[in-house]
Amino acid sequence: MQEALAAAYREHWARLLALLTKRFGDIDLAEEALQEAFAAASRAWMEERPANAAGWLMITARRKALDKLRRQAALSRRHRFAWMGADVGEVEEEGLPDERLGLLFMCCHPALSREAQVALTLRAVAGISTEAIAGLFLVPVPTMAARLTRAKNKIRAARIPFREPQADELAERMAGVMAVIYLIFTEGYVPREGVAVTRAELCEEAVRLGRALCEVAPANKEARALLALMLLQNARRDARLGADGEVLTLDQQDRSLWRHDEIAEAVTLLEGIGGKGFAGAYHLQAAIAAEHSRPWRPADWQVVAQLYALLEAVQPSPFVRLSRAVAVMEAFGPERGLELLADVEEQLAGHGPMHLARGEMLLRAGQSEAGRAAIGRALELSRKVAERRYLEARLREIG
Amino acid sequence: MKYMLLLIGDESVWINSADEEKRAIFAMHEKLGEELAKKNAFLAGEELDHSSTATTVRNEGGKSLVTDGPYAEVAEHLGGFYLIEADDLDEALRYAKMLPGTVEVRPVVEH
Repeated sequence: MQEALAAAYREHWARLLALLTKRFGDIDLAEEALQEAFAAASRAWMEERPANAAGWLMITARRKALDKLRRQAALSRRHRFAWMGADVGEVEEEGLPDERLGLLFMCCHPALSREAQVALTLRAVAGISTEAIAGLFLVPVPTMAARLTRAKNKIRAARIPFREPQADELAERMAGVMAVIYLIFTEGYVPREGVAVTRAELCEEAVRLGRALCEVAPANKEARALLALMLLQNARRDARLGADGEVLTLDQQDRSLWRHDEIAEAVTLLEGIGGKGFAGAYHLQAAIAAEHSRPWRPADWQVVAQLYALLEAVQPSPFVRLSRAVAVMEAFGPERGLELLADVEEQLAGHGPMHLARGEMLLRAGQSEAGRAAIGRALELSRKVAERRYLEARLREIG
Repeated sequence: MKYMLLLIGDESVWINSADEEKRAIFAMHEKLGEELAKKNAFLAGEELDHSSTATTVRNEGGKSLVTDGPYAEVAEHLGGFYLIEADDLDEALRYAKMLPGTVEVRPVVEH
């Protein structure tokens, strides 16, 4: 029974919350009512799970919400009106319409702070409890609860709408939704200082959100590319950390630990995008990740270098340049890599990995003295135990 | 639902801008005015005089302290406002995007 309930929660939470929020125009009320409906289900489903679990939950949540409004003596015409044309019959016969995109747009509205967008998306769309979100982001529960309350208050007070943005804003808003989903992914993927493990659950949730976005926006190529990118990166989850929790480079990883079924799914997604060129930055990053994920051969560095050049054109950043310089070094030799790195050396002066990459390029170019100095600088900047151990070993190796 | 659009900016920039720039800015206000009129969404709106003309009254403990100048010494000041009617924040933001400079959009509490 607990499993049935957990499954129903996973499957239906976001869809039901989206419908309730749209119909009642109040995300807070919708969330409380749905929460109570699930609590009621844990009692009522002891004997038998209803055939139409979603319908049962919807009707119960609706009743709970209406009860609340009556208690507040606030059953306005708007709320009554909201329920016309959405009766039990509709729920049972036609299935539930999918309004999750509206919920995503509401949670990721630019009028909310980025951290509020992330927290709301995890709470409302992913259905994670406030306590769990606090745990995943390593903040006290009251802090996370206050963050969510503040965000929901603003949605209500400023009337942040539950609907698709107008055509001229759609691309920008969609980019905002994708940024939030990818932020959730990277938050789980990049180990934080002092935290040994990656928070795999956040990555899983981000992938799930990415799938949901593809379902509600099937024509969006960038959304598919984002899902592919996350799948490709997440497929390496069991291989990417060493025994001491250090991040391993691709060639240090045990490829048999990669999830090849997930890689295959991502590659299929990318192939399905079709058309000429690339849909945007996620598409390029996914193409790079795919090039690195071929199980039977190493990456073609010329292709990777080309992709990074395109990525830098759409998303210029010193970090993209650093990655591009490394790819160019692998494809065309250390001199070309060093040339590209020269532009961003100053900007990345405090970034250890830049010094490491530069050091390796200098070594390959035969400038051992300067190479050693650069790797030494990377060691000075490193605060992570495992990383320091690697750099110390590398320095001993080159003598 | 009512929203207040608060127009905030550095007054010296306005004073020092050329006539042509001022005309361009007035044109933006006119365009917004037309748009609001079309939707019957204009409730009120004024340009405020320079902050050096402001007087601040602080009422506390039954006493009123009157001082020269705006309530806070900051580089940017409230230079004008629109009180508008909009369906939701997205619509209010669309109006705000038609204006020059910085605009703070605040919902009005309905009592």
